[in-house]
Amino acid sequence: MSVPDEGRAGLAGKTATTSASLRVRKIKAINDFVVKFANVNGSGSASANELFARSILRMGVPVSPRNIFPSNIQGLPTWYEVRVTEQGHLGRRGGVDLMVAMNPQTWDSDIQEIEPGGYLLYDSTKPVPAARLRADINLVGVPLTEIASSKFADPKERQLLKNIMYVGVLTALLGIEPEVIAQLLGEQYKGKDKLIKPNLDAFMTGLHYAREWLEGAIALKVERRGNVGDRIFIEGNAAAALGCVYGGATVCAWYPITPSSSLAESFQKYCRKYRVDAASGKNKYAIVQAEDELASIGIVIGAGWNGSRSFTTTSGPGVSLMSEFIGLAYFAEVPAVIIDVQRGGPSTGMPTRTQQSDLLACAYASHGDTKHVLLLPEDPHECFEFSAAAFDLADRLQTPIFVMSDLDIGMNHRLCAPLKWDDSRRLDRGKVMGAAELDAGKDFGRYLDVDGDGIPFRTLPGAHPTRGAYFTRGSTKDAYARYSEAGADYLYNMERLLKKFDTAKKLVPQPIVRKAAQKTGFGVVYYGSTSPAMSEALGALEQQGVHLDRMRVRAFPFPSSVKSFISEHETVFIVEQNRDAQLRSMLVNELELDPARLVPILHYDGTPITARFIVKAIADRVQGSNVRPLKSGKAA
Amino acid sequence: MTYLAKPKLHHPTLPQNSLGYTRRDYEGKISTLCAGCGHDSISAAIIQACWELAIEPHRVAKLSGIGCSSKTPDYFLGNSHGFNSVHGRMPSVLTGANLANRDLIYLGVSGDGDSASIGLGQFAHLIRRGVNMTYIVENNGVYGLTKGQFSATADQGSKSKRGAINRDAPIDMVSLALQLGVTYVARSFSGDKEQLVPLIKGALNHRGSALIDVISPCVAFNNHPGSTKSYDYVRAHNDAVNRLDFMPRRETIVTDYRPGAVIEITQHDGSRLRLRKLADGYDPGDRLAAISHIHQHHARGEIVTGLLFVDPAADDLHEHLNTVETPLNRLAEADLCPGSAALEALNAELT
Repeated sequence: MSVPDEGRAGLAGKTATTSASLRVRKIKAINDFVVKFANVNGSGSASANELFARSILRMGVPVSPRNIFPSNIQGLPTWYEVRVTEQGHLGRRGGVDLMVAMNPQTWDSDIQEIEPGGYLLYDSTKPVPAARLRADINLVGVPLTEIASSKFADPKERQLLKNIMYVGVLTALLGIEPEVIAQLLGEQYKGKDKLIKPNLDAFMTGLHYAREWLEGAIALKVERRGNVGDRIFIEGNAAAALGCVYGGATVCAWYPITPSSSLAESFQKYCRKYRVDAASGKNKYAIVQAEDELASIGIVIGAGWNGSRSFTTTSGPGVSLMSEFIGLAYFAEVPAVIIDVQRGGPSTGMPTRTQQSDLLACAYASHGDTKHVLLLPEDPHECFEFSAAAFDLADRLQTPIFVMSDLDIGMNHRLCAPLKWDDSRRLDRGKVMGAAELDAGKDFGRYLDVDGDGIPFRTLPGAHPTRGAYFTRGSTKDAYARYSEAGADYLYNMERLLKKFDTAKKLVPQPIVRKAAQKTGFGVVYYGSTSPAMSEALGALEQQGVHLDRMRVRAFPFPSSVKSFISEHETVFIVEQNRDAQLRSMLVNELELDPARLVPILHYDGTPITARFIVKAIADRVQGSNVRPLKSGKAA
Repeated sequence: MTYLAKPKLHHPTLPQNSLGYTRRDYEGKISTLCAGCGHDSISAAIIQACWELAIEPHRVAKLSGIGCSSKTPDYFLGNSHGFNSVHGRMPSVLTGANLANRDLIYLGVSGDGDSASIGLGQFAHLIRRGVNMTYIVENNGVYGLTKGQFSATADQGSKSKRGAINRDAPIDMVSLALQLGVTYVARSFSGDKEQLVPLIKGALNHRGSALIDVISPCVAFNNHPGSTKSYDYVRAHNDAVNRLDFMPRRETIVTDYRPGAVIEITQHDGSRLRLRKLADGYDPGDRLAAISHIHQHHARGEIVTGLLFVDPAADDLHEHLNTVETPLNRLAEADLCPGSAALEALNAELT
């Protein structure tokens, strides 16, 4: 069965497109729509899709792209979703206005995702049965394979250039400025000039085809604006890696695991750029790809013990493996930084999908009574800030510090505030007693709480010929690091560790509160990558007359302001991307709050949480509580 | 005896090394191991080696895992920093410490349970990477602290104190290390201090990973007939291929051996390893022959000891990583932080 003529815009069907479009509603939008590319993994689509996203950004219109990829190198389906958003809503919206369906494997489900009145751009070289199409969407067929075959001789080149061709088609139909694409291609292939021409040719072929045959086929438009400002477009993992460079990390030990591998690789890249001694060509850093996560964290702890700033980057399964060592670093009080780029768990779970489900595993990692500092960045900007800060905190507090990123932040380009560094800032190396102080006869007790903040002094190996040496161990010891099985010595250290944790509350990034436009009994607490969807959702709820005060928690232990905020509201929604309401559990237990007042809103199917989801979840519950009437209307 | 306090007063005429230190300055806390434990002899050999080499005690970092052997770093070099880490994981902690400060001397002490069972992976990867260190395995074939279970180095057919026979094949740390590219490897016996001390000295002066597998009988759980790691068995089956004399760089050579009876090897730091040959034709520069020799003799129930292989031109992990000469933990902030101007330039590229 072949595609009905009126639905097909082929080489011979100049009039065909419009006839279909006459009958079907067309979504009209300027700078506010979602385009999704369905591709086959390994077909070279990533650079073409990114080119598309960047071109819109260069026209001053914010975009929020997301990779939705499989645990696979070649052959399985992969998607790239671009939200074009003049308003700067960087969360995932949900729904698709224009599907670029390049993968026969996922054709049927891809088609179903399109909003009524939306658009399907597809390769019309071979006819598509009508049963596999939808009547309420607009079909935009381009015989991509046919054109590519006639134009490009090399079969491998054909596939790659086919991708650039559909960018050309979209450029024409959406009103993107072709000069912007040409400029981006020039930047992308700088130094490889031979590649510019074929790419540009393919792009222009697509562009001309669309101009000739598909005029007006799509009513989604990109118009130049000035809404990007000085914001930068960067992946969280790259930003976190830069934070490690700026934070003075010299040792990185890691084991490859999605979605954290690109963080270690970015660290390598930036170290090559910034940390090679110009005179000797030697490296002012050491990176070890370890044999497993146990070795990674062991190397980090050894380096931390010896006075180097060191970190590892991993994901949930890695944290599980590191648990014993994390307990050692906690109890022996060794600085360490662990960046956890979270993915879907438990077990192997959803290795290429996002979640915030490692909070409990990290906050209380290892056997016995332990508590660890967690930093919760919302975007790449904070990945940079918090990664750099983590090294100061680790040295100051002499304990493992977790930076809790996730796949959504880590592996997607995100528009965010430019990275900033204050040159007057100094690294805080914490309480380290040096040779001069030891010579002056200062009393050194490795686990002695001299300042009342629970943080003892340490010495570094090799510091002094006769003073300050001590034996580090994971077993119980007294204030002078001597082996002890005495209950009193154990209690002294365990209680001092709690005091130290209390000290941490004042040192970690403080929560950010924003009050609603009017007084309300509702509050919402959220963290991390939920942030952009939450901002958008709260805006939409406000338009419906639902007002909530918001608090974005940025660290554990919770500063006292968290308890105050929750106490000031009758109902507080705790919005998270995990099944078990992990932050809520921590809030209830650590702050001794009444669980009934903390209402969990949970999104954990592996896709990033959307504003639509939050609006609906909160609106339903607010309505249920019958506090304030809601206006009817579409959410978000 | 562990309940006796260690005397603080020492004889005024104790011999001093070139730094003016006596052996007492290299001691640690009093041992809590069983009387007669082979491990205490190894601690004494370490003390002797460091004293003779006139190493400043605080220039050594001593690391261990968990077990009887891993407790011993508390019993020597009391002026050195020590790290008793987690079971089987000394190699990674030591690797990290070494990366942070390449200027210190690294000594890892472990046991057969710690390194051949739970920590076999970390042992293997440390050797592969050539971390510059001395790795001493205090090998007694049993778990002492948990009361006498077999470890992975126990020989097939050897008998436990309770009479159980070990059916599993043993792991030979020396052969394994040779296969993994170790650049200095020796086997010795805790009861033979004369052999052991120079081997430790050679190892401490070796660049790269130096492994010494020291058979160290467990008097409590593995020193009975039927054990292949008892004092009696090792004495009866010790088959030394050579005797090492370690000579620091500046020491003059006195030759009093017949030609062909001595092999002399100069290490990267100029120190010399003079090997008096005991086995005909044994070449400590031939990795494959070493593995074959060890296996042939093991099949006969013999324990091959001595300096079994050395590559004096070895490099180490720092060479592989091309790190700067300054220890990473001493790099100044200006070396580490690229500053705001670099970040602004980068911001401009990220659009």
